[in-house]
Amino acid sequence: MFETVIGLEVHAQLQTQSKMFCGCATEFGSPANTRTCPVCLGLPGALPVVNQRAVEMAIRTGLALHCTVQSTNQFARKNYFYPDLPKGYQISQYDRPICENGWLELQANGTSKKVRIRRAHLEEDAGKNIHADAGSLVDLNRAGTPLIEIVTEPDMHSAEEVVSYLKSLRDVLMYIGVCDGNMEQGSLRCEPNLSLRPVGSDALGTKVELKNINSFKFVKDAIEYEIKRQTKVLSEGGTIHQETRLWDIERNQTAVMRSKEEAHDYRYFPDPDLVPLVIAEEWIEELRATIQELPKDRHQRFLRDYGLPDYDAGVLTSSRALADYFEACVTLFAEPKLISNFLMSEFLRELHQAGMTVESSPVSPERLVGLLQLVHDDTISLKVAKEIFPELFAGDKSAAQLVEEKGLRQLSDEGELLALIDAVIEQHPAQVAQYRGGKETVIGFLVGQAMKRSGGKANPQKVNALFKTRLAP
Amino acid sequence: MNQVEHVANLARLQLSREELERLSTQLSRILAYMEELNAVDTAGIPGTTSVVAGDANVLREDEVQPSLSQDQALRNAPDAVDGLFQVPQIISDR
Repeated sequence: MFETVIGLEVHAQLQTQSKMFCGCATEFGSPANTRTCPVCLGLPGALPVVNQRAVEMAIRTGLALHCTVQSTNQFARKNYFYPDLPKGYQISQYDRPICENGWLELQANGTSKKVRIRRAHLEEDAGKNIHADAGSLVDLNRAGTPLIEIVTEPDMHSAEEVVSYLKSLRDVLMYIGVCDGNMEQGSLRCEPNLSLRPVGSDALGTKVELKNINSFKFVKDAIEYEIKRQTKVLSEGGTIHQETRLWDIERNQTAVMRSKEEAHDYRYFPDPDLVPLVIAEEWIEELRATIQELPKDRHQRFLRDYGLPDYDAGVLTSSRALADYFEACVTLFAEPKLISNFLMSEFLRELHQAGMTVESSPVSPERLVGLLQLVHDDTISLKVAKEIFPELFAGDKSAAQLVEEKGLRQLSDEGELLALIDAVIEQHPAQVAQYRGGKETVIGFLVGQAMKRSGGKANPQKVNALFKTRLAP
Repeated sequence: MNQVEHVANLARLQLSREELERLSTQLSRILAYMEELNAVDTAGIPGTTSVVAGDANVLREDEVQPSLSQDQALRNAPDAVDGLFQVPQIISDR
């Protein structure tokens, strides 16, 4: 029996306007090699200058991950040859990372646990290689984009734990606005280190590094595949080689990319082009004040303050915009569960269909609450509210206007309802007899008939209650 | 000798037998000199990583500056295709 031990390295692109050490723009999708300059091309004589905002984002990341922020920082050169790295070295941090010794909580198997974060350091991204038949092609637009690399201790033991950690980390980074969290576009990249050891052993087995994983699904698939592969090798008396393996999406398996023997000897040394970065306590405190409530804390507060189920709180706090929208609604109308249900179903569905985000929602919290208030005071049924929501979404009328124009006001007047009910009783004597004979489920049929007669406008709860009174022995 | 070959390989230098031998002797002498320097007691003295003495925190605002044009960026490239640098085939990805 083996136990799986996993540590994770995550690279997150920081959402700055310009690159880490030069003023080239960082936006995704520009024509190839149109976002470069002598600094990020590594031309002789060009000197890097640190982007202050990238440093601030790194500090805020560290604070959100409960890290200690290093007061004296030094950038280091990591030397290796690869076509996407124009200088022949990557500017990174080595023995003095900007953030150290933090933690982040994950949820798995119904419990939560803390994963220790060893370090988080600043570095620059490399360019992009495109492999073609004639040779490799290189686009250096991405070269020099600021990254924060976040490294955990080997504290995770299953794919489920890794996925949960990664989701929590992504939530935190997006919440504090330092990374857009887009795994497909490569703004967030993860590299698990995975090894097995006999259950009960404290020693770590030989680890394998996994790469080329750009979605939560692939993270899960790659880890599960690798656990099976290593279990098989070890059970058959074989040995695991320390190597880097790539996840092959087509074949659903991992394959060796390079073995340890070919691995690089990076020869780190302090970058003499960059003076030390000294971070004063006041600067840290100033940045601490800018960190908004984190998703986990907000989740807990939603459970506590609004009495929402865990599931609702999880969905609503999955994005800051949605959580903000929910809270704006609740401030106007204190019916959290009614609002939550409607947001999670109709609201998100309409947004999704229109290809819109919560931020660009055409329905303001005021108009949405206007609709739900009509449900709450029995002016319309929830069913009608759902039916007219697409119109509310597409236009700029208020819910009250729509209900009035379309004559959708719910029929709640007792006299009118009784007239309907009596007509139904007269028309369906057989069913009435069945009901009186003890077959109570028939009431569903009778209510349905009354609803039909009212054109769907009758208040079903009231109709139901009135039938029962009317047909009582 | 093996070490020199390893370092040469990391620097992507191709050295002849004769060059390897000459450099091994030279590098040994340089390393011996470093050993002499190691004899100096530097405990409690922070390492010098920059010659811009006393300077720290040279930072810039996060502002976009004009980049080079694609033509300018590719001007020194021996080969380019469709606005991309072209380099010899890389066998495996990094």
